[in-house]
Amino acid sequence: MKKITAILAAAFVFMFCGTVFAAFPPVPAEEINPGFVYIGPVGDGGYTFMHDKGRLFMEAEVPGVKSRFVESVPEGPDATRVMETLVRNGSKVIFANSFGHMDFVLETAKKFPEVIFMHCSGYKVAENVGTYFGRMYQARYLSGLVAGSMTKKNIIGYVGAYPIPEVVRGINAFTRGVRKVNPDAEVRVIWIFSWLDPGKEKEAAKALIDAGADVIGMHADTGAAPQAAEEAGVYVVGYNNDMSNYAPTKHLTAPIWNWGIVYRDTMKQVIAGTWKSEQIWPGLKEGMVDLAPFGKDVPDPVKKIVEEEKAKIISGSWDVFTGPVKDQQGVVKVPEGTTMTDGEMLSMSWFVEGVKGDIPK
Amino acid sequence: MEIIIPILTAAVRSGTPILYATLGEIITEKAGILNLGLEGIMLVGAYTGFSVAYSSGSAWLGVGAAFLVGTLMGLIHAFICVTLKGNQVVSGLAITMFGTGASSLLGREFVGFTIPGLSRIPLPVLSDIPVIGPVFFNHDALIYSSYILVLFFCWFFTSTRPGLNLRAVGDNPRAADAMGISVTGTRYFYTLLGAGIVAVGGAYMSLAYTKMWGELMTAGRGWIAVALVIFAIWNPARAAFGAYLFGGVEAFQLRLQTAGTTIPTPVLMMLPYLMTIGVLLFISIKKGKGILFGAPASLGAPFFREERD
Repeated sequence: MKKITAILAAAFVFMFCGTVFAAFPPVPAEEINPGFVYIGPVGDGGYTFMHDKGRLFMEAEVPGVKSRFVESVPEGPDATRVMETLVRNGSKVIFANSFGHMDFVLETAKKFPEVIFMHCSGYKVAENVGTYFGRMYQARYLSGLVAGSMTKKNIIGYVGAYPIPEVVRGINAFTRGVRKVNPDAEVRVIWIFSWLDPGKEKEAAKALIDAGADVIGMHADTGAAPQAAEEAGVYVVGYNNDMSNYAPTKHLTAPIWNWGIVYRDTMKQVIAGTWKSEQIWPGLKEGMVDLAPFGKDVPDPVKKIVEEEKAKIISGSWDVFTGPVKDQQGVVKVPEGTTMTDGEMLSMSWFVEGVKGDIPK
Repeated sequence: MEIIIPILTAAVRSGTPILYATLGEIITEKAGILNLGLEGIMLVGAYTGFSVAYSSGSAWLGVGAAFLVGTLMGLIHAFICVTLKGNQVVSGLAITMFGTGASSLLGREFVGFTIPGLSRIPLPVLSDIPVIGPVFFNHDALIYSSYILVLFFCWFFTSTRPGLNLRAVGDNPRAADAMGISVTGTRYFYTLLGAGIVAVGGAYMSLAYTKMWGELMTAGRGWIAVALVIFAIWNPARAAFGAYLFGGVEAFQLRLQTAGTTIPTPVLMMLPYLMTIGVLLFISIKKGKGILFGAPASLGAPFFREERD
């Protein structure tokens, strides 16, 4: 773990100390033919579905651009083959949407230095490889405010996919929100070790409900956990997109992605010839992440708190992991007056105070 | 007890799709046909069940449609393996790939929808029995019919003439042929029937377990069933035990996490697989000594009627 942290830190030093890469020449919209490499099927109704929604948003916003996508591309050498095929068929920009595509993006990018690659959620860059991700933790924090306000038993369940920094960060941000409005509440975590297994997601949610949770949060790809919550009559916070159709009466809200923001902006930069390799991480301010509409049970005072906190984050005066932040043992990890750096957040591997559960090593 | 009952209930619930798939595969393998297409057939069953239930409003129509489409996939497999005498492993894998792709493609328009599905029907009297009642008799009708199927096939394989004929075809097709049993007909029938039951296991996923359709939603349960057939040594009752064990281990590890224990979950998840390997070793050793248990002797071998041994 230490080693990974060191690598991440090094990557960030590299990124911020500004190796300035040369800009690429402008490309007419009709000739970009951006290719999207998706980890999952568009029909997952979650992560990849939202990326594809972003792709369509980009096509509508930037006239002339005709994009294409390849779905269910595994995080292995096959990814290289897919990207090469896209490039040979005229794609001048490639987007790859999964962390595990990283090394294959770098490898392909080396072969085609004139093509621009944008890799989602990774940390390695090159002259023609940039990365993008969203500050989902900000939206998760807001959803935690709602969950913390709505719990009566002060036990909130959380279905987590894999114990990786992205998910841990989300749980921490969610818990920070919960504890902000309700210092007595705890968040219990179950790991299911899968991104897409509706049966297991539902079973995990039921186990949490059996353990006394009366609000369920989640970080997995389908609406199975919300469905379990609806059936059991407990509240739920969805993820990825508005999941209220799975829990019509119990869905409180959901932190959601608007990937189209990055896709649109990248296209505009490529057309104008201003694209350069960067690691971009937009959040609430840019509209990259947001909350789904509130359920009808969410009272106005709670909505008001959310609006206030959202304004605070957007103004830049405060962020979710601004100190003091304590870990599960009560040790101060982020002292008052400081904020975690992006590098620290991207490699987060400890739980904040208020989380019950552990991170398997 | 308070902790155990939910775990056992969850074990039955999450073991049922695997149980259907395992039963279907046992029936097919008893006839000497190996069908590795379970995962694909389950996915197609899940898709068909959901789409028909969604369009018609009737979950039972969905179950029926899933069974029918499952038998159609069984027909493809039977045609390749029995009539064309093709390689059963290759045909099964092809069916998995086909089923995975077809269900993903067709299922696209059903993503994000949910249906009322099959509702829970607590059985009167039976569901009031302590422990056993809530664990076994407080479910939906598809779970109850799986109990009946298990009992039926236990009786069918050992105590009926068609059951004996079926085992003869799987063990020694030449002898069965000499007795006047149609090897081709028997193998066709049980490959179709088995695949239909497997598809119902898929439909259970999308109609009762989760009332939704998601691509690849069976998440490897078809492969677990292939392993369970061996674990069960081709016995329906042991298949039920194995399926609930798989389901129970999963339910147990999820609940263990809410209690905040430190047993690494991957270790627990590995257990049923380790046990399957253990059983496999046991069977192989005994086989060396000439003891076969329930394993069909001619499993995977095509039958050439005109050829001599």
